[in-house]
Amino acid sequence: MRRSVSIGGLALIVALGAAGLGVGHKSSIARAQDKPSSAEVKIDNFSFGPASLTVAVGTTVIWTNRDDIPHTVVSTDDAKTFKSKVLDTDEKFSFAFTKAGTYPYFCSIHPKMTGKVIVQ
Amino acid sequence: MIEKKNDELLHDHNHDGIDRRGFLKCMAWAGTGVFCVVQGGVLKSYSLSRLSQMDKAGLKGELSFVQISDSHMGFNKPANPDVAATLKAAVDKINALPTAPEFMLHTGDISHLSKPEEFDTVNQILKAAKPQDVFYVPGEHDVLNDNGKQFLDRYGKGTKGSGWYSFDKKGVHFIGLVNVMNLKAGGLGTLGHDQLEWLEDDVKHLKSSTPIVVFAHIPLWSVYPEWGWGTEDSAQALAYLKKFGSVTVLNGHIHQTLQKVEGKVTFHTAASTAFPQPAPGKADSPGPMKVPAEQLKSVLGITDVKYVQGQQALAVLDSPLA
Repeated sequence: MRRSVSIGGLALIVALGAAGLGVGHKSSIARAQDKPSSAEVKIDNFSFGPASLTVAVGTTVIWTNRDDIPHTVVSTDDAKTFKSKVLDTDEKFSFAFTKAGTYPYFCSIHPKMTGKVIVQ
Repeated sequence: MIEKKNDELLHDHNHDGIDRRGFLKCMAWAGTGVFCVVQGGVLKSYSLSRLSQMDKAGLKGELSFVQISDSHMGFNKPANPDVAATLKAAVDKINALPTAPEFMLHTGDISHLSKPEEFDTVNQILKAAKPQDVFYVPGEHDVLNDNGKQFLDRYGKGTKGSGWYSFDKKGVHFIGLVNVMNLKAGGLGTLGHDQLEWLEDDVKHLKSSTPIVVFAHIPLWSVYPEWGWGTEDSAQALAYLKKFGSVTVLNGHIHQTLQKVEGKVTFHTAASTAFPQPAPGKADSPGPMKVPAEQLKSVLGITDVKYVQGQQALAVLDSPLA
């Protein structure tokens, strides 16, 4: 059920982005890496890891679904500050946190799955 | 009382019927289908694997229908790389039933990712089933990304709200409920205020002797809240059904057959036609359970239900695909 994370793939994307070949979200990941201000949350066994992540303002957080079942990443606030599409196995979602604060989120398909990002 | 058997769920509630005040819970790991008979207002369930060994007279009733669930079309992971084949096997099983069911209930997760082609494939496969009428309720996998719009466009004709409805067949009142919308962080399945209000009104004028069948995706009883296997406001829904002598609740979502009888209410979850999930709390997560390929069909199944006038419970019979 567990899948190995595609670190190699991510590194390639970063490399392509750095070489000016990346487009769309790929290049944004690359920029985040350049700063370097990105952090990862892995979805395994119906849970976010780490469930609580503390990052600096400006950090891009990248979620990767490593389960055999689709999940989502949706901020709990009414405004839905961030909201992914459904993430199938190995798919990623990223969001850049530009303001300090605490951002609780959950999987809207499996609402028992919750996590938070603390930006300071 | 807890009963655990290998591959069957066989409880004849007719002996004690509506006077039952006991608590009955049983599990069937290899049950992949339930055959239900409504007999005298009581729904009886049988493991489909045991069907051939049973008294045929006991399986006849005024009404028989079949429940299938969690076909997850589009899923292609190791737990079952060919969910279309196992859904076809479920259709074969249905077509081989000794009493042809009049219609089917699909208790959700028709698709895996809400993709149009996934719904199309299920429709195509179910065309081969003898019963042509299918009544659907959505699972959370059917309402991804569009808040259920596609589901309603395809299956929601004549329904209320996010897709709930009721209908009558041979004196039995069927209620399809939706508990997969607007889920809140940290919470369980939810029916919501509007649907509960509709339900109260829907059953208000029915005689208490009317057999009731409620079907919804997520269990309407607390199976295992830690994994989200329950519905926040199901108690309110059941309170509206208190006056009835026979209530049968059919759910899916947990990909295994479980049954519980509480007073006049029989709760039943169906097997998936796609892949099994672990018993409550018996794994790190409720994710798909990989079993040896040759065992897969023994943990998938269908559910057959029969109703016989004059008896208390509907008969619910789970049957594995192999």
